[in-house]
Amino acid sequence: MHGFYDFVSGPLVWISFILFICGSLYRLITMAVLAKEKDPMVYAYMDFYYAIRSIFHWIIPFGSVNMRRQPAMTIVTFAFHICLICVPLFLFAHVILWKESWNISWWFLSDGAADIMTMIVIGSCIFFLVRRLTRPEVRYLTSYSDFITLAIVAAPFITGFWVYHQWIGYKIMLIFHILSGEIMLVAIPFTRLSHMIFFPFTRGYMGSEFGAVKNARDW
Amino acid sequence: MAEPALKTGEIFDEGLDKGIAKLTPEKIEQVVSSVLANETGARLRVYTDTCVHCGLCSEACHFYLSNDNNPAFSPAGKVKQTLWEILKKKGRVSPEFIKHAAEIAYTECNLCRRCSMYCPFGIDIAYLMLVIRRICHKLGVTPQYIQTTAHSHAATLNQMWVKDDEWIDTLMWQEEEAQDEISDLRIPLEKEGADVFYSVIGPEPKFRAQLIYQAAVIMNGAGVDWTMPATPGWDNSDMCMYTGDNEVMGRLKRAHFEAAMRLKVKRIVMGECGHAFRSVYDMGNRWLTWKMPPIPVIHALEFYHDIFKEGKIKIARKYDQPVTLHDPCNVVRGRGLHEMSRYVVNQTCEKLIEMEPNREHNFCCSAGGGVINCGPPFKNKRVEGNRTKAEQLFVAKAKGAKTVIAPCHNCHGGLEDIIHHYGLNMELKFLGDIIYECMEK
Amino acid sequence: MHDSGKWDWETGKKEVSDIGKWMEEFEWIEEPYVSPDGEKVASVVRTGDEMEFTACVNGTAWENTFDKVWYLRFTPDNRLTGLVSDMGEWTVAVDDQVWENRFEFVWNSMFGKDGRNIAIAAQKERKYLAAVNDTAWEHGFENMTNLTVSPDGERTAGVIQTVGFGETEFLKFQEGCYSVAVDGKAWGRNFVNVWELAFSPDNRHVAAEVRTNLYDYTIAVDGIPWKEMFASVWKPQFSPQDESVTAPVKIGGSWTLAQDGKPIWGKKFIQVWHHMYSPDGKKLAAVVAPEFGRWTIAVDYNAWELTFGDLVTDAVFSPDGNSVACVGKEDDKWMVAVNGTAWDGKFDMAWQPVFSPDSIRVAAKVEKNGLYTILADGQPLGKESEAAWDPVFSPDGKKLLIRSIREGKYFREVIPLT
Ligand code: SF4
Ligand code: SF4
Repeated sequence: MHGFYDFVSGPLVWISFILFICGSLYRLITMAVLAKEKDPMVYAYMDFYYAIRSIFHWIIPFGSVNMRRQPAMTIVTFAFHICLICVPLFLFAHVILWKESWNISWWFLSDGAADIMTMIVIGSCIFFLVRRLTRPEVRYLTSYSDFITLAIVAAPFITGFWVYHQWIGYKIMLIFHILSGEIMLVAIPFTRLSHMIFFPFTRGYMGSEFGAVKNARDW
Repeated sequence: MAEPALKTGEIFDEGLDKGIAKLTPEKIEQVVSSVLANETGARLRVYTDTCVHCGLCSEACHFYLSNDNNPAFSPAGKVKQTLWEILKKKGRVSPEFIKHAAEIAYTECNLCRRCSMYCPFGIDIAYLMLVIRRICHKLGVTPQYIQTTAHSHAATLNQMWVKDDEWIDTLMWQEEEAQDEISDLRIPLEKEGADVFYSVIGPEPKFRAQLIYQAAVIMNGAGVDWTMPATPGWDNSDMCMYTGDNEVMGRLKRAHFEAAMRLKVKRIVMGECGHAFRSVYDMGNRWLTWKMPPIPVIHALEFYHDIFKEGKIKIARKYDQPVTLHDPCNVVRGRGLHEMSRYVVNQTCEKLIEMEPNREHNFCCSAGGGVINCGPPFKNKRVEGNRTKAEQLFVAKAKGAKTVIAPCHNCHGGLEDIIHHYGLNMELKFLGDIIYECMEK
Repeated sequence: MHDSGKWDWETGKKEVSDIGKWMEEFEWIEEPYVSPDGEKVASVVRTGDEMEFTACVNGTAWENTFDKVWYLRFTPDNRLTGLVSDMGEWTVAVDDQVWENRFEFVWNSMFGKDGRNIAIAAQKERKYLAAVNDTAWEHGFENMTNLTVSPDGERTAGVIQTVGFGETEFLKFQEGCYSVAVDGKAWGRNFVNVWELAFSPDNRHVAAEVRTNLYDYTIAVDGIPWKEMFASVWKPQFSPQDESVTAPVKIGGSWTLAQDGKPIWGKKFIQVWHHMYSPDGKKLAAVVAPEFGRWTIAVDYNAWELTFGDLVTDAVFSPDGNSVACVGKEDDKWMVAVNGTAWDGKFDMAWQPVFSPDSIRVAAKVEKNGLYTILADGQPLGKESEAAWDPVFSPDGKKLLIRSIREGKYFREVIPLT
């Protein structure tokens, strides 16, 4: 047990971070090269100002017409993504780990806040799950991989929540927590979660096409 | 996971049916892999990998809304039924699958790009549908009507099998007709060095020569130094862009631009057509590697706007019926001309009643993207697939609008069918009709 | 080309005609056309109140009048042609002489290099054909497009429709209903489409862009297609040296030049068109796009470093084949470039540059703010004018003929070059 814990919290962390960073770079670079070769026009039309203009409208809550049309989805999506990124980065327990290993530290969340934010992530995942199952247009697009992706995202938060509250078997859960966090990191570049790395490019490109060429707004 | 959504009625189309009769699974696989490997790249990959299957694009699409939110008509739903499946099976799909995919790509998507403004990632569904059309073109599975139009383009470089002499003859005839009204009016043919090259779409000389007449009166009234070519290249329309015959699309656009270059004009002004604008401004030029049109292309809406702004045309009396204005996708989402068209409408009409939503958020007429050109077999699906537009029009009508201004040929055709089918009883006009009617001559 | 040696290269500036005065006589005057030697200026005019039109040359109207006259063009040997109609019948008028043949429509007059031969496209009884010097093809076809004349102007070729089909008969179309007729004789082999044609320099052969089905493009020479098929092709050219044919062809994502079916250039361009041989046939140049949205000239596969964003057009070889000049456009401003260097000025329009016969000098007509200027080696020559035609060098290359309109008067001016 202990040996496995050491492995999960030692070498596997390294491996998962390396896979996450290198995998993301790999995806970005191969796409950039592929685009140069097969879609050279992407480079010709990409326009920094209009890309930023579009991205800006889409990372501000209710910045686009569709976000205003779907208020519940918008609130949940923003809350989810903010918490999803902030909790692992600013959780006191995580900051401590960085401090211990690398002697670097930064601002952290109060435990109470982190707890609420974790619940928001879990709640959002449930919202997404229910939405996926009940809204016909979403259900129609759904494949098993979408549930798996959702599970990959939810798992570190559920297990972390468990561990924090020291519920039964939390020691084992801690291992699951670390493991699921690592799985999620690795999954980012190689699954649909890659929307995280590609968002600025797809949105930016559409923003450039609409703004610079077509003189229109895309939000 | 997802159950196939129900769609009623098998459609018989000779182009699709005879097309798939010749297919073998090997042929399909070979064509699919060659298109995917040689003609697509990062965009296709990123768009398919990034789509989070969230369905947020659904309500952007009038087909989805008009078909009672049937998910099979949602933008991503169309990609699911076509591209995702093809990618998953690596092209090992059946001829029937191809027929179904062709039907979706050619007749259930207007390539209107509204969904790209609703998808958080800006995924270009229209582009993905064009990839499917490209595959179908290469497999020889295209709806008969649009395919025969593509043949006309290839053989005559115009959309309507208009022969070289018929084109010139029509212009001379319209010139003569117009001279009865304005004696010194001229349609200058082949005048090198003119300021403006005026280009139209094939159906104008064939069915709507009156529009050429009106354009000549407006050009004349505004004192524009203009010309029209007496050679192929006069037609700016392009159904090959929509069948997926990119090679002929390029050939058409080259002929069009080179006719303008040969005549040494400063700019091309084109009539009220949306798809043609997309072809010259966005798609055809790119296939030829012109980043932007080599000779600036001014759509009629912008041209009208400019001549009114410069005071070159005076209005004798404003159009007194309340009007509503349709925003054609290809010049609004495709060029942002919506404020210009409103400026012209306000200059020429007493009262404009807006449809909601409007401007970039307008709903497509459901004729665009070559859908109307797929002809009678798909007409019901097209008109019933745009109840949304009928509802919009109905509201405008309830507020008093009597006339619909549709500054695009395709929109005109599409809206005509919608107005008729839903019994809306509204009059339909081009903006040029209104200007011609109301201007001082 | 025309024999400019016989022209007047001695008289300096000469007012040929005061076009402004024409208005006193005619109430309808169309845009003027000028003969290559600069001695004549002509317009379509209306005589009197009746709807009677004719051509006016140097202020004097032709004796014949017509219901309609259009497409006034001077031949290289300085004769004035117009397409004319009377009582619904069309024909050609050459220096006020009307052809005997009558057609339902005529268009697209073309001339051989020396101007002796005049060809037109015509339609008679719904049949399409060509006519040269008043002699029509023996029979016409269901349609004919892309009329092309041989360098000597004796021969004509056109793309013809050989099989009739209904507009919705798409399968019949795809079997191939188009071919080429040379002097009225069909090739005897059909293609799905045939587009631009080219005659060989010796007037004996014709090459064409063809599509053998909806997907396979190639070049057919005298009716026989190359064995190799391409994703697309552009207009072919015959070599002046031998009977080989070259054409831009698309292979994969890039364009190259192929000779008799075999690529002779590499794959580095994403567009290649308007290729041309140097007069001696030793060099090949083309308008190319080295990257998306950039245009330039490549000579023997070597692209200039200078590129233009909007377009490159009107490329021309010098007579000795050592130089190439062209027109380019960047940010909507037109420029003239010679051998990879752009001249200083930027204009609203620029016309095809003209080389002197000794290949030393280049002149071009440009326009800015509605005023025309002739540039010689990049420097303005003479005053700006309201209208101008391409400059012409004297045979010894020491003088330049400028044809222009100033204050409503048409001038012919020979300027010695220093
Ligand atoms: S019709 Fe328009 S909104 Fe619907 S899928 Fe096609 S491009 Fe998107
Ligand atoms: S296309 Fe965009 S909006 Fe539609 S399901 Fe995919 S990610 Fe969601």
